[in-house]
Amino acid sequence: MAEVQVTRSQHSGLVVGGLGIILVAVLAVLPFLVVEGFTNFLVNLFILLALASMWNLLAGYGGLVSVGQQAYIGLGAYTVLFLAQHGLNAFVGVPAAVVVGAVLAIPAAWFLFRLSGGYFAIATWVLAVVAAIVITGIPSLGAGTGASVPGLLNYSAISLGAETYWASLAVAVVAVLATYLLLRSRLGLVLTAVRDNEVAARSVGGKVGRAKLIVYLVSSAGCAAVGAVIAISQLDVQAVNVFNIQWTAYMIFAVLIGGMGTIEGPLIGATIFIVLQQTLSQFNGWYLVLVGGLAMVVAIWIRGGIWGFWASRSSFRIFSVGYFLHAQPPEDGPAPPGIGPSQRPDRRKWLRRLRPRPS
Amino acid sequence: MTDSGEQLLLEVAGLTVKHGQLTAVSEVSLGVPQGSVLAVIGANGAGKSTLLGAIAGLHRPSSGRIILDGEDLTGVPCPKRVERGISLVPEGRRLFPSLTVEENILTGAYRARRGPWNLARIYEMFPWMPGRRRQSAAQLSGGEQHAVAIARSLMANPRVLLIDELSLGLAPIVVRGIYASLPDLLESGLTVMLVEQDVAQACSVATRIQCLLEGRTTLVGGPTEFTTAEIEAAYFGMSPTASAGATL
Amino acid sequence: MTLANAIIQGILLGGLLALFAAGLSLLFGVMGVLNLAHGDIAVVAGYLAVALVPALHLPTLWVFLIVVAVLMVCGYLVQRLIFQPSLESGPLTPLLVTLGMSVVIENLLLEIFTANSHSLSIGTFTGGALRVNSQISLSYLSLAILGAAVLSLAAIQLGLSRTKVGRIVRAVADDRDAAQLVGVNYRHIFGLAAAVAFGTVALAGLSLTMYTSISPTAGPTYLIYGFEAVVIGGLGSLWGTLAGGVVLGIAVTVGLLINSDFGALAPHLVFLAVLAVRPQGFFPRRVTA
Repeated sequence: MAEVQVTRSQHSGLVVGGLGIILVAVLAVLPFLVVEGFTNFLVNLFILLALASMWNLLAGYGGLVSVGQQAYIGLGAYTVLFLAQHGLNAFVGVPAAVVVGAVLAIPAAWFLFRLSGGYFAIATWVLAVVAAIVITGIPSLGAGTGASVPGLLNYSAISLGAETYWASLAVAVVAVLATYLLLRSRLGLVLTAVRDNEVAARSVGGKVGRAKLIVYLVSSAGCAAVGAVIAISQLDVQAVNVFNIQWTAYMIFAVLIGGMGTIEGPLIGATIFIVLQQTLSQFNGWYLVLVGGLAMVVAIWIRGGIWGFWASRSSFRIFSVGYFLHAQPPEDGPAPPGIGPSQRPDRRKWLRRLRPRPS
Repeated sequence: MTDSGEQLLLEVAGLTVKHGQLTAVSEVSLGVPQGSVLAVIGANGAGKSTLLGAIAGLHRPSSGRIILDGEDLTGVPCPKRVERGISLVPEGRRLFPSLTVEENILTGAYRARRGPWNLARIYEMFPWMPGRRRQSAAQLSGGEQHAVAIARSLMANPRVLLIDELSLGLAPIVVRGIYASLPDLLESGLTVMLVEQDVAQACSVATRIQCLLEGRTTLVGGPTEFTTAEIEAAYFGMSPTASAGATL
Repeated sequence: MTLANAIIQGILLGGLLALFAAGLSLLFGVMGVLNLAHGDIAVVAGYLAVALVPALHLPTLWVFLIVVAVLMVCGYLVQRLIFQPSLESGPLTPLLVTLGMSVVIENLLLEIFTANSHSLSIGTFTGGALRVNSQISLSYLSLAILGAAVLSLAAIQLGLSRTKVGRIVRAVADDRDAAQLVGVNYRHIFGLAAAVAFGTVALAGLSLTMYTSISPTAGPTYLIYGFEAVVIGGLGSLWGTLAGGVVLGIAVTVGLLINSDFGALAPHLVFLAVLAVRPQGFFPRRVTA
């Protein structure tokens, strides 16, 4: 009987990892190379990349369809405002926001996890609305009209642009990396199982409750970090902006279009979204009509989004979080057809990563 | 497919039904003459419910035909089959829990054909029903629910009544009571096709039995034509001449 | 404003909120669709009236009837063309698709009507009021809206419990495969339920347009209030929906006695409390077999 070897990566895993590091390095030096308009565009892209990854982790893998992550975006933004008003550097607000988001997510999770489906979704939204009302009741934080973030104007325009860019790049890279590492861990196996069939995942003993809690905390912390970056990039914080459901709509659209339940999907979807936003910018609201309509069409008819469409036709993955079986030829006796010791393992014998779960 | 010259009301030819990649029913053919009772028997998972469901229109077959009185029903959507004369009493009864007993029965009349069955006649047949008719259907016992489900199907005045797993989850005495009313149904002009795991019960009421195993027909004929051993063999898939010491 | 007056005004406001909730309850209860665009559709009805009143030169009430009829037809079409494919695509899809609808509608309205708010009135009726005593006055409009809410809910309730179609709608809501077995084309029934739901949401939008004003992004607030009313009252009970609306309305008006932030916060806190303690609401109707 042929031996079977299980690996976590395709042969190209190391190559992709190396390319990734080079890509991040190139991105990091961009402020020295290109005009500010381009890096500002990239800031918006990184913000949406991070948000989309976080929502996909929550909904695509955790099965928690939340329309209330804007609560944490707002809380992260106001963390920056609060700290800056008390003399700290605004950028310290980014890691602080992570802590604030994670801590506040705990009681939220305790309350929300008793609900499911539409009740869960609306409850997340109501929590965001409540958070917004409470914050706007605090005059020192600018109440309804908002407040500008102190201390940012001490930077020169160029260095502020660069610092903001690096902060957003860092948040995006950490968000995507965190998702990748989470999904490669044992927790990730539980999550992938939940993604495909929650009841079955529970019935084979997967610690689904714990997995969902961790996912909710990570996602909330991530959204809070993004909120902090948004505050810095916009130079002021207004409740009606940072607590707006629009952020949730954007991250959901990005995930839907790119593909829910995969790591690559949100990245592709966010890129398409931002490119559309940029190219159609003079048409104001029409690009949102287009994106919203596109998201609707994809949700109904192109389940799995663009990446899902591609992924079902090839086994190439950017992020290797699946498992691959390689059939090894036996020591003696004839090799199985199609495989010789010097040939690459036959594609058909690889265990494909499970398809994206239909939304 | 002729059957000793009798007119076949319901005919199924080479039906194959798949659930995803699993083939539940494989090339099954059957014929039910007017006014008779066909009992489809077989173990769990043999494909019996899927077969009935396909005839009723709940499952789309991947090949084969379903013919009712010469008309091809295969492409007809499920809701329209009631008007043509097919009514299924589904597995598990599936009454409407937020409706009362009477309301449940009345839903059966939604697309009813002309015929002898109406509310008055139903209440004659099941004398305990009128007193409970305003109760929520969810409050009835299993046997009572089954009677209401049959009543609901009868209200459509079908030509062929399909009954799925009559005895599942019911006490034997209740099952016998329901089967006892079968002759009355036949007298009113009905043809019945039922699915049954209890072989003895099936043989006692059926004109013909058909045994399924893993989606295929293993035995067809009148219930008295076969020995118990032959039926067991068809049911479980053993060769009928297997001796006690043979390995499977 | 005294407490008694606040409570009475809250009851009146509850009528408006119940109108929003009724359609949501139908859509969610019958076909399981949580329509995140519900508030936006109400706003569309309002804008349709705002556009048609000067264009058609008909009395405003006639325009209202036309708007309700148009929205009912739209409801049937939206159900067959958008909601139904979403339902067949997967259990989460309707939520995501209606979110998309919400964004599309809001931005279309922004492009067509700009961000300004609009409102309508019917002669002196909209401004008039019934003076009960020195503290309490009941505006004719609020009374009419409450009346419309009660009548609509009563009509739907009677339709569901006394008519043949109503019975079938309840059956489909219970078990649509079993309904197919008695000959019901459930997609058509869903369409009818959606048409009625859109009719009530049109009434809600028209009421809102007269009561205060509408703007392209006004929808989501009322979607939330509507859903909260459904949850507080209990899914499956239309009178519960009215009760839920009244509870929310009172929460708003009594909360406003303290300050404006509390007026905004109170209804949501009541909702969260009900969710925590009695998630099935106060008058749940759904019977599980």
